[in-house]
Amino acid sequence: MELTAELQARIDEVITHYPVSKRSAALPLLHLMQEHSGFIEDDAVTWIATKLGLEPINVLELVTFYPMFRREPAGKHHIRVCRTLSCAMAGGYQLLDTFCKHAGIQRQGNGHGTHLHKSEDGKYSIEFVECLASCGFGPVCMINDDFYEAVAEQEVPQLLEKYQ
Amino acid sequence: MASTTRTPHPREKRIIFKNIDRPDWTNDIGCYLQDGGYEELKKALTMNPQEIVNEVKASGLRGRGGAGFPCGVKWGFIKPGGPKPAYLICNADESEPGTFKDRYIIHQDPHQLLEGMIISCFAVNARLAYIYIRGEFPEGAKILERALAEAREHGFLGKNILGSGFDLEIYVFRGAGAYICGEETGLIESMEGKRPYPRIKPPYFPAVLGLYLCPTIVNNVETLCNVKYIVRIGGAEYAKIGKPNNTGTRLLCVSGDVQRPGYYEFEVGGVTMGELIYDICGGLKPGRTLKAVIPGGSSAKVLSAKDRYKIKTKRPDGTMVENEIGLEDVPLDFDTLAAVGSMAGSGGVIVMDDTREMVWALNNINEFYAHESCGQCTPCREGSLWMKKITERMLHGGGAERDTDTLKSVADNIAGRTICAFGEACAWPTQSFVAKFRDEFVATAGTKGNGNGSTNH
Ligand SMILES: Cc1cc2nc3c(=O)[nH]c(=O)nc-3n(C[C@H](O)[C@H](O)[C@H](O)COP(=O)(O)O)c2cc1C
Ligand code: SF4
Ligand code: FES
Repeated sequence: MELTAELQARIDEVITHYPVSKRSAALPLLHLMQEHSGFIEDDAVTWIATKLGLEPINVLELVTFYPMFRREPAGKHHIRVCRTLSCAMAGGYQLLDTFCKHAGIQRQGNGHGTHLHKSEDGKYSIEFVECLASCGFGPVCMINDDFYEAVAEQEVPQLLEKYQ
Repeated sequence: MASTTRTPHPREKRIIFKNIDRPDWTNDIGCYLQDGGYEELKKALTMNPQEIVNEVKASGLRGRGGAGFPCGVKWGFIKPGGPKPAYLICNADESEPGTFKDRYIIHQDPHQLLEGMIISCFAVNARLAYIYIRGEFPEGAKILERALAEAREHGFLGKNILGSGFDLEIYVFRGAGAYICGEETGLIESMEGKRPYPRIKPPYFPAVLGLYLCPTIVNNVETLCNVKYIVRIGGAEYAKIGKPNNTGTRLLCVSGDVQRPGYYEFEVGGVTMGELIYDICGGLKPGRTLKAVIPGGSSAKVLSAKDRYKIKTKRPDGTMVENEIGLEDVPLDFDTLAAVGSMAGSGGVIVMDDTREMVWALNNINEFYAHESCGQCTPCREGSLWMKKITERMLHGGGAERDTDTLKSVADNIAGRTICAFGEACAWPTQSFVAKFRDEFVATAGTKGNGNGSTNH
């Protein structure tokens, strides 16, 4: 696995935040790896395990538990729509459908999927997530790291246009 | 992306949210210092740590994360000079559905949180502390990192803080999308690099056996901000805000069917449910009537607008009198919300009008808990999924009349039988929705279902 010198330095710095137990750096390192590669590769799991003196399963069981970690690449732009009650009352389910329609994503079922739904050109992927802590201004969504509240369905096309 | 004007309502008492949405406000340390920032830290460092703990005890401050446990009492469990180091963790996981307050403190007033945290660490002699922030706040994490760097540059963190001899480091730790990380022992496991499986209490009370099995204080963002204010005015003065045993202010987050949803800060118990909905939040949408309110985040038991509640109040002469009141007359404080059978919880008030189907609402909540159960305890792992499957088939066909009783029986067999309070959190919505809106559940199951338990959508 190729890691840039910058990433290596960042990793070493982050480990110093946990003077009592290096194992505490497992989640932070997974975040850094996912930011770097877009998802968690098998190699990343073994690399982190070796770095922290753990068995690979100790790292893999985190990837399979925590919803934010992916085992496959997302689309170039990843959309998260809030599914939970206050947003659902404000139209969260409709917002997800509208995103799918305009992003060219075929999506089956409304629950949480085991794999990501992507557009054919790979530009967009989408998933439902649980309450994003902005319930008074629903429906809310995130596109990559950007956060949007009170998103009207008719605003979706122009919103997607910002993410090419 | 409609822009929302968020000017405070005249009836609010803004202490913790004083700087939120201020037009002249930025979240950097320069702005904070100009506004008198870090003065309370300077004051605290001249005090004896035990004195600060005593002030917090005297203030009556109760935890704002959900359980409402007295903060000073919790701190008191940390014995000065113990053999193990103590840690402090700020719970910034903010993931209870309906709750949106810590987000704004983190994004707009991060130094208020840091100042509260540094004072709290000094009080309990923690020299290493973490902010556990949910993974879905990437910008919030960056803002906190920058605020920490600024605080370090100004000598508010690091070695020998402001010449006091006190050393402290604080780091940001990001979660990764799991609700159970908000539960304090799950959070600690997560910070140890493991799956966030909550620990059983006793013996694993964080204040005794917390992070790395050392004494650890876990406090919510809002709770820690209050500490700064207590140092400023003193515990006795603070205790005059709000009501006895329900002191200080509370951030309320209103969502759902009101005209002006949003966040508001009031003295605890300073407004009733009716005042909050009709006076502060502009009332319901035209032509609608109130049906139900979840008063403290999705885990809190739902309250029906039709119910009457018996509450005891103290007369001026000290004798107790029992009154019967409706939902709209319920003052929003910890004790009254507990007395009417729900809880103040996380401060998330979800309002539902007469257009809302209760089976639909509960099904949405059930899906949340089914997804978020950590899976350690059989009643919670299986029960949360069963409850979701039952409400789903009630909604989409395949439900049977007996499903209403089955739902209740599943919920009754979760609560009280699990490792952590998630068990109650997932059982309470089902128990309360079924109890308060039984007819609607029976009718939905009976009319839409075909009685054989299969789903046909
Ligand atoms: C399932 C579950 C989820 C929780 N989520 C949160 C949360 O997101 N934020 C929080 O501050 N407390 C949360 N709590 C409460 C914490 O366990 C803990 O009581 C709190 O952080 C203590 O801080 P306080 O005393 O300042 O309220 C949760 C509890 C449970 C059982
Ligand atoms: S009650 Fe549920 S969430 Fe809590 S430990 Fe048990 S299975 Fe996990
Ligand atoms: S319900 Fe969508 S942000 Fe809380």
